Amino acid sequence: MLEGKFPEGPLESKWERHKFDMSLVAPANRRKHSVIVVGTGLAGASAASTLGELGYNVKAFTILDSPRRSHSIAAQGGINAAKNYKNDGDSVYRLFYDTIKGGDYRSREANVHRLAEVSVDIIDQCAAQGVPFAREYGGTLSNRSFGGAQVSRTFYARGQTGQQLLLGAYGSLMRQVDRGQVELLTRREMLDLVLVDGAARGIITRDLVTGAIERHAADTVLLCTGGYGNIYFLSTNAGNSNVTAAWRCARRGAYMANPCYVQIHPTCIPQSDEFQSKLTLMSESLRNDGRVWVPKTAGDERSPQQIPEDERDYFLERKYPSFGNLVPRDVASRNAKSVCDEGRGVGSTGRAVYLDFSDAIDRLGANVIAERYGNLFQMYERISGDDVYVEKAMRIYPAVHYVMGGLWVDYNLMSNIPGLHVLGEANFSDHGANRLGASALMQGLADGYFIAPYTVPHYLANAKLEPVGTDHPAFEEAEKSVRERVDALLAVDGSKTVLEFHRDLGKIMWNKVGMSRNEQGLKEALSELRALRDEFWRDVKVAGEAADLNKNLEHALRVADYFEFGELLIRDALDRAESCGGHFREESQTEEGEAKRKDDIYAYVAAWEYKGTDQEPELHKEPLTFDFVEVKQRSYK
Amino acid sequence: METMTLKLRVWRQPSTATDGELVEYTASNVSPDMSFLELLDVVNDGLIKKGEDPVAFDSDCREGICGSCGMVISGVAHGPKSATTACQLFMRHFNDGDTVTVEPWRANAFPVVKDLVVDRSAFDRIQAAGGYVSVDAGGAVDANEMLIPKGDADAAMDAAACIGCGACVASCKNASASLFVGAKVTQLSLMPQGQPERDRRVLSMVEQMEAEGFGPCSNEGECEAVCPKEISVSHIQTLHREYIRASLRRITST
Ligand SMILES: Cc1cc2nc3c(=O)[nH]c(=O)nc-3n(C[C@H](O)[C@H](O)[C@H](O)COP(=O)(O)OP(=O)(O)OC[C@H]3O[C@@H](n4cnc5c(N)ncnc54)[C@H](O)[C@@H]3O)c2cc1C
Ligand code: FES
Repeated sequence: MLEGKFPEGPLESKWERHKFDMSLVAPANRRKHSVIVVGTGLAGASAASTLGELGYNVKAFTILDSPRRSHSIAAQGGINAAKNYKNDGDSVYRLFYDTIKGGDYRSREANVHRLAEVSVDIIDQCAAQGVPFAREYGGTLSNRSFGGAQVSRTFYARGQTGQQLLLGAYGSLMRQVDRGQVELLTRREMLDLVLVDGAARGIITRDLVTGAIERHAADTVLLCTGGYGNIYFLSTNAGNSNVTAAWRCARRGAYMANPCYVQIHPTCIPQSDEFQSKLTLMSESLRNDGRVWVPKTAGDERSPQQIPEDERDYFLERKYPSFGNLVPRDVASRNAKSVCDEGRGVGSTGRAVYLDFSDAIDRLGANVIAERYGNLFQMYERISGDDVYVEKAMRIYPAVHYVMGGLWVDYNLMSNIPGLHVLGEANFSDHGANRLGASALMQGLADGYFIAPYTVPHYLANAKLEPVGTDHPAFEEAEKSVRERVDALLAVDGSKTVLEFHRDLGKIMWNKVGMSRNEQGLKEALSELRALRDEFWRDVKVAGEAADLNKNLEHALRVADYFEFGELLIRDALDRAESCGGHFREESQTEEGEAKRKDDIYAYVAAWEYKGTDQEPELHKEPLTFDFVEVKQRSYK
Repeated sequence: METMTLKLRVWRQPSTATDGELVEYTASNVSPDMSFLELLDVVNDGLIKKGEDPVAFDSDCREGICGSCGMVISGVAHGPKSATTACQLFMRHFNDGDTVTVEPWRANAFPVVKDLVVDRSAFDRIQAAGGYVSVDAGGAVDANEMLIPKGDADAAMDAAACIGCGACVASCKNASASLFVGAKVTQLSLMPQGQPERDRRVLSMVEQMEAEGFGPCSNEGECEAVCPKEISVSHIQTLHREYIRASLRRITST
């Protein structure tokens, strides 16, 4: 049985106790250890800089031309912390409780409590870096509310919180680069993990400018490569977000946990045409002041402000009076889908609902609303061509946004492969079956600034590693397999482009493995995906050459991995015949259509072991036990 | 929906060491709801099918925040619409039959890597020279111990909104990076956290900027005009002031 290896003792003191129990590496010995950090988003940049500060030799890798461009930069709304600056009843325990409940009782108590504890240090750290958080006139920090909470604990920097936090972490990282503690390798993509004697000892990368396949050895590898939402093709994720790094580790034996937990965010700009390459989020913070509604009658085509109050259905406020528009994301998304399924959706495609600001503008004035959300309104105008200040409402629809699933890790953020640590969105650790808004930034920075800097040294102090060079046969084998894969893709020389395949894959995933899932649809998705994967390997046309800057080849390698990983995602969704959080199985709902968990059967983390192409993966279950909170069906009514 | 046909003249350059040229392509069935980068995606898929090399360009977020995309569109960095990155430029701002020229950023400090992709690592090196507050994780005081007047925090945020795309450099006849550097220097000089390293920061960032081969500012204001985040040129005045202040203090203290 799989175990998270949690420390003993009361919830409140587990982490303190564990920090004391872990081994240390003396300052003079730290420089003898080398650490590879893959990814320079919030998790990777914070981990690489902090381990550099401590004196380890760090090599940091990113696909992009600069760490500052990592996907974390796009986070808009904010970051949670249990500071209770508002004196509104918040506490570490309440953030812990909200996160466990928001995750629909599918996360680990010990991990989540630690996250809530360190959340307060994150804000201090970021403020000290000069992050320009929003402030009150008195000079103190401002807060706003996010879904799934009845307190105001979200810190923000206008609508660009991720940008400012990442630039803070990037600054710290570049400081270590300047000091020579961190070697930065940009435009590098990790394409394989290298194991020596069962432990993670290095990676194989492709230099994205020259195409050179390179070997890098180290004492430990930290994977901070973000989420795999782009398997749906259309998502709010950045174009280069991928599953490749994580999937390559899975193929080397790392367990992949809960891959079917995908978050579909309720407030995104609806799709307009088939050429669309991404969907754009409109931050959850808008639900502080925006009210979600559709016309009461299907087919009402009047413009929003012509529809009188009594002909509107504010369906979230109606169904969930205590949380109203601030219900968690999974609940809001499913409800938006169901009113559209009833034919009451708005906009040219009928797949949208209104997010209306007229009340807020009347109450607070257009200036205040512009100050709060001006950049989002501007973004909306750029993309849709419509002016929110005139229409006083946006059209929004749910879109794939975030993945709670990821590589399995223990309490020390180490996977089942010794020496492979996984941080940020790439791991599965803290959000259960649904993540609360403003908690991903918190988790990424918690992992990087305050958790890995304790647990990674503990590993290094105990691992007794032999020195390994890149001439080790394991590197040779891994490099060879990467080269073969690259060559195989280029050799197909078929007729359909990578983009076309990716789009088709996305359609299967969205239609059958999206907001609402059932056994039959999932089985169909599995066979359709396999057929498309076979077609891909028979008929894909990848442009250019291996030894060149070749973005089409990069894309092809990622899509090929999505095909393999997608199968696992669907199997996981099939295995979990209950509804929980973002995973809604139609077979398992209450009379009112709410998600119904089956705790007696499914209160476990599903950790899948890869067994080879076309082999059944093996399911390992980590049971979830709740010693401190009472497990209930979630209610936001 | 009405679609358009456009003529594109795109800079093709196989690598840094080789010469480049403008190559003409026709893009038909262009939807007004497409972004400029989605137009390039479609053109590229056509090229791939014909067995030709697609146009290389950088992009990631496609929502105007990561600063990856950057290209000169019809002579203007990021194209004709103000306060907009190339990825947020939509085809509804073009007309059927338009000819559109697409070129990379041009600056000595930003060598072309391939087609529209340039090397902007000089910006990273300027940041590494001092664009931060030196604070190790774990060493911070409670965030509310340092009060910051709302006006200062807002002004710092205005400066911090820079996405590091390099349009300012590309639009400047001297290829100056003063707006980029000025924005960072302003942000941190407005915040109490930035004070201890205020002098050292501006001196070393400017030194690195010059070493990278960026030119001097001659006050044309082109940078502000093309900046997708509308970063104000007033930050360049702040940069000059901060630089003089720090230089004088260095002289008087030695
Ligand atoms: C539009 C949007 C808005 C959001 N807003 C919020 C918000 O307001 N609050 C909140 O808490 N969360 C928000 N989130 C979620 C949050 O931004 C992400 O979950 C989080 O930033 C992920 O950080 P990360 O460090 O784990 O990964 P990322 O930031 O995704 O970084 C991944 C890094 O890994 C690199 N990489 C990936 N694969 C490889 C490879 N194979 N080889 C080498 N390098 C690789 C990438 O180049 C990048 O540097 C938002 C997400 C989106 C999409
Ligand atoms: S792709 Fe990120 S700013 Fe354009």
